[in-house]
Amino acid sequence: MLRFLGRRLVAMVFVLFSISVLSFLIFFATPGVDPASRIAGRNADQATLRAVRKDFGLDRPLPVQYGLMMKKLFITRDLTSFVNRGAKVIPQVTEAAPVTLSLVLGAAVIWVVFSIGMGLVAAVFRGTPVDAAVMIVGLIGISMPVFWLGEVVNLLTQSRFHDTFLFSWVPPLGYTPFTQSPFGWFKSLIFPWLTLSVLYIGIYARVLRSALVDAQEEDYVRTARAKGLTERRVMLRHALRTSLVAFVSLFGLDFGALVGGGALLTEVVFGLHGVGKLTFDSLQNLDLPVILATVMYAAFFIVLANALVDLVYALLDPRVRHA
Amino acid sequence: MPDALLEVCDLSVSFRTENGVVRAVDGLSLSLALGEVVGIVGESGSGKTVSMMAVMGLIRDPNAVIEGQVLLRGRDLMQLPRNEMRLVRGGEIAMIFQDPMTALTPVYTVGWQIAEQLRAHQAMTRKQARARVAELLAEVGISNPGRRLDDYPHQFSGGMRQRVMIAMALSCNPSILIADEPTTALDVTIQAQILELMKRLQRDHGSSILLITHDMGVVSDLAERVAVMYAGSVVEEGSKADVFRDPQHPYTWGLLGSIPRVGRPRVRRLAAIPGLPPSLIDPPEGCRFAPRCPHRFDRCSVRPELAPRVSANRLDACHLDPAIRPSLRHRSVA
Repeated sequence: MLRFLGRRLVAMVFVLFSISVLSFLIFFATPGVDPASRIAGRNADQATLRAVRKDFGLDRPLPVQYGLMMKKLFITRDLTSFVNRGAKVIPQVTEAAPVTLSLVLGAAVIWVVFSIGMGLVAAVFRGTPVDAAVMIVGLIGISMPVFWLGEVVNLLTQSRFHDTFLFSWVPPLGYTPFTQSPFGWFKSLIFPWLTLSVLYIGIYARVLRSALVDAQEEDYVRTARAKGLTERRVMLRHALRTSLVAFVSLFGLDFGALVGGGALLTEVVFGLHGVGKLTFDSLQNLDLPVILATVMYAAFFIVLANALVDLVYALLDPRVRHA
Repeated sequence: MPDALLEVCDLSVSFRTENGVVRAVDGLSLSLALGEVVGIVGESGSGKTVSMMAVMGLIRDPNAVIEGQVLLRGRDLMQLPRNEMRLVRGGEIAMIFQDPMTALTPVYTVGWQIAEQLRAHQAMTRKQARARVAELLAEVGISNPGRRLDDYPHQFSGGMRQRVMIAMALSCNPSILIADEPTTALDVTIQAQILELMKRLQRDHGSSILLITHDMGVVSDLAERVAVMYAGSVVEEGSKADVFRDPQHPYTWGLLGSIPRVGRPRVRRLAAIPGLPPSLIDPPEGCRFAPRCPHRFDRCSVRPELAPRVSANRLDACHLDPAIRPSLRHRSVA
């Protein structure tokens, strides 16, 4: 197990390094992309451009630029924005990260619980109207775009019915840190959580249902029934346990992508200044240091999520552990 | 037979499909006495496995229609409530399956899986169950059972997994063991070991065994009585010696004629039964074997009953006059 972890760690570092080089090259060295002209503004003359290059260190060789960038990003941690000069990049990311993490973690808990429940119910009642109903509800969830659903939720909770007893407790849009008020944190995030998780509940319930239905045909499930186990035990201990492998790998990918900024639409709709929003804003005005920082942050979480998935795999399936 | 432990009476299993009703098992009757080993032979698709799955109550297809009676010590299993049937499975009737490679859940240790069955049927602490599992594994010839029970199925070879399956099946001392092609997926030397093991356990425990196979060698090795199935029902039944030495049904003649013999003058070609098994969708009226039978005559359009025609313990379902059967047989198989 320790060797397994060690190998994963080395692989993680290597992947992160590659991503940092790649994203650096994309933004600083792609032909036609000249950060200096972008910073200097339209129609800047050659003298200004030269001054800007010197000022931002863009006239140094690329490897040196990369090295300086990484040093400022990870070691001295004083990388500053190109657009708002003097604004440090790291604090922006560390301020945005808890918002996104809170949003995605809460949503993930909701979507895992509900999708396992719905997938199990649909598989147990396979072929009956219950199965059809659950799967249609899931499909509706998948079909609703998150920005639309979010706006409808806002319309209901913030304006239409905000004065009724139903939604009068809903705070205005925005984020309340957990450290400031745990209950306020919960209240400000409950609707974003639900909105974000609806899509994933639908997808995961369908994935789990089909895995469970496939498992019913497996020889070992037949053996489990022949042993005289209760239907509940056959379903939970044998069919569900082996079906979770597909579920977990999907979860790792989605969770990593969402924490890395994929929850942008939800963040924008609910006025949460998370990593998705930060990345989006920095891309809009090509704020390269911020872009680089958020890309590295996102990559870190995606790689971490994948490493965790591999770990969970090993826990779920002894064949992986011994391989 | 009043002393029958298990009695299957006129069991039918049909599946509704898009193309019509498939009658997979069609009026199967069979009895099994205490301590007896009965072999059920027949080619693929003759309904051997489906009928045993029906006996175990393991057919879950909503399109399946199961009719008939399965009496275990006089109790009709078909009428049992779900929870009581669950206790019969694994408790009184245990089953081992064809492919040991996939029959165990890959994510649990074999010890856990056997203990799970023990604890589903008997009040036992974890520790007691573990000790019993070690005993069982030792009994089926797994060396170092105290350590091996913590291994996962993928750490065992095919033959060892089948031993584990047998240990699991015997864990609650069932009175009946249904073995569905227990050696088919194993290679020949391992087959012999597993058969030896089953013989020994049958002797020691005195349990009754229903052995399903298409392998005549396996049947002749283990079974005392043999039932030959064709197209969903039994066409001939009798003691092993009778069925092998003096088969009565033309289908059995063909089946035995198709076995290559070592140590006898080599015939030029192995005998084969002409034609294919009948479609089980809307099967023809009359004898199911008639279309492939070289000896069919006008009475074959009426379905023959499984009845004693030669002697009291020899059942067959063929209209041919027992007196002329030997001469016909020699003509067709020679």
